[in-house]
Amino acid sequence: MTWWSRPAADTQITHGSRLWLYVLSAIIMLLLVAPTLIVVPMSFSDSQYLEFPPSIWSLRWYEEYLGSAKWMRATATSFQVGFLTMLVATPLGIMAAYALFVSRHRATRAIFLLLITPMIVPVILIAIGTFYAYGRVGMNNTIAGLVLAHSALALPIAIIVITAGLRSYDLSQEQVARSLGATRTKAFFLITLPQIRFSVITAALLSFLTSFDEVIIAIFVSGGANATLTKHMFAALRDYIDPTIAAISTIMVILSSALLLLTQFLGSKGRGN
Amino acid sequence: MARADADGSRSGRHLHEAALKRQHAREQWSILSLVVPATIVIVLIILIPLSWLFYLSFLGDNGGFSLENYHKMTQYKSYYRIFVTTFQVSILTTLACIALGYPLAFFLAQLPPRWAGVFMLAVLLPFWTSLLVRTYAWLVLLQKRGILNEFAMQVGLWETPIKLVHNMTGTLIGMAHIMLPFLILPLYNAMRKIDKDMMHAAANLGANPINAFWRVYFPLSLPGMVAGSLIVFVLCLGFYVTPAVLGGGRVIMVSNQITAILENQFDWGAASALGVVLLVATTFTLYVAARLFRFDAALFGRD
Repeated sequence: MTWWSRPAADTQITHGSRLWLYVLSAIIMLLLVAPTLIVVPMSFSDSQYLEFPPSIWSLRWYEEYLGSAKWMRATATSFQVGFLTMLVATPLGIMAAYALFVSRHRATRAIFLLLITPMIVPVILIAIGTFYAYGRVGMNNTIAGLVLAHSALALPIAIIVITAGLRSYDLSQEQVARSLGATRTKAFFLITLPQIRFSVITAALLSFLTSFDEVIIAIFVSGGANATLTKHMFAALRDYIDPTIAAISTIMVILSSALLLLTQFLGSKGRGN
Repeated sequence: MARADADGSRSGRHLHEAALKRQHAREQWSILSLVVPATIVIVLIILIPLSWLFYLSFLGDNGGFSLENYHKMTQYKSYYRIFVTTFQVSILTTLACIALGYPLAFFLAQLPPRWAGVFMLAVLLPFWTSLLVRTYAWLVLLQKRGILNEFAMQVGLWETPIKLVHNMTGTLIGMAHIMLPFLILPLYNAMRKIDKDMMHAAANLGANPINAFWRVYFPLSLPGMVAGSLIVFVLCLGFYVTPAVLGGGRVIMVSNQITAILENQFDWGAASALGVVLLVATTFTLYVAARLFRFDAALFGRD
């Protein structure tokens, strides 16, 4: 029997009669991936107009990016804010997720809903709200202000990822440790945390990326010497098509792809254990 | 004598029970106290600023309570146009995502998990890539001298470059691309949970593949599809970056208008009022959804 006349599913539909689905899916996957990937070769073009494929290859736009004090400063800010957001959101996310998972208190549901509001409230409102509030306390254009706002955005993601990790782990292991005399804190750090480490790492990476990629709050709340990469990129996009952005985009695509593959790798390792 | 003994041990047990209960309550509180730091962040960044905006939106020019900011919205035609554009873009994007996302999610759900994981990277990669980068990519692809125009002219689809960006077309293409993973991921999860025996049974009872799909599989996948569509719709309502860049000033959604009011008129009352309307629309959609479809279960896997 050839491949296409073989049944593809329980309804005995054949691969041949599913061919349209395979073709369509391939096209949609191409549409999903291609646009961002096509920027990569274009960033190596020597031309002012982004060509594909480039007629002359060069590193001109990378030199432009690396040689610009403004872009370098913004990149440093974005990394700094992303890293600090990760350091704030991950432990707070672990604490909240663990508490909500273990606690049998009536209020847990309400608290959970409160903690995930940053996912529900349109970001523009968080942006103008914090901009207004920070204006009152002089926290606009500060790293601390941006980190705090980005942490609020990252927290729900961290909590959801870590809760998923806790759910796939058998909590009775912690109870065994406690019945053998470990305190709850000790049992958590020695038994639970190592078992949910892949969720914790994923939550940390996602927190970093949430901050690093965030645009709207950064537009309002960051500025001056502490303006982020995305703020400058957005300003550049609105005015004209600057090929330097292609170089920066390429670096960002590589960064996020690397982080994604890292979580996939850790995830498959986590399942294997 | 025996009875007194029994009484004594019962009251002793009561004592223990009370102590245990107290200890249990104390432990419950100490566990719950772990959420305090996260809650403080949310209160500082979300609750207080939002309440402030809410208050500002009801503040009149004279400093007293007034509905003038909301009244303005019903008066000016420009506001009406913005609400129409916002709903139009959100609905069209959601429909495009369903049309593209359903087949792909179905395809992925039919694959053995190993292969699904590999192909799923095509969904996760854009999901993880900065939306600014993706918006930029579309700006480059769709511009007058961009790849799409060049390609179409080479193939002979059209003669002169057509305007694909800085308008509604470009905005919708970019938004659909950005939102697609938000539909596919919950839909895929819902499809994976559909019992394979259902389709087996349908086939066994004489349904052909098409019948089995529409009468058994599709209805079972509907909650996942609705959950995904609502996420997309709600995210679209508050979208800012993509319409600002790919719309070229011609697609003004609520978020764009809020920024414009603040940039040009510095009118916090008007901007806040518009924000409150956006928030109410978003919350209302989610509330209805939660009532109808046990939405959070589909979203977060929580009952």
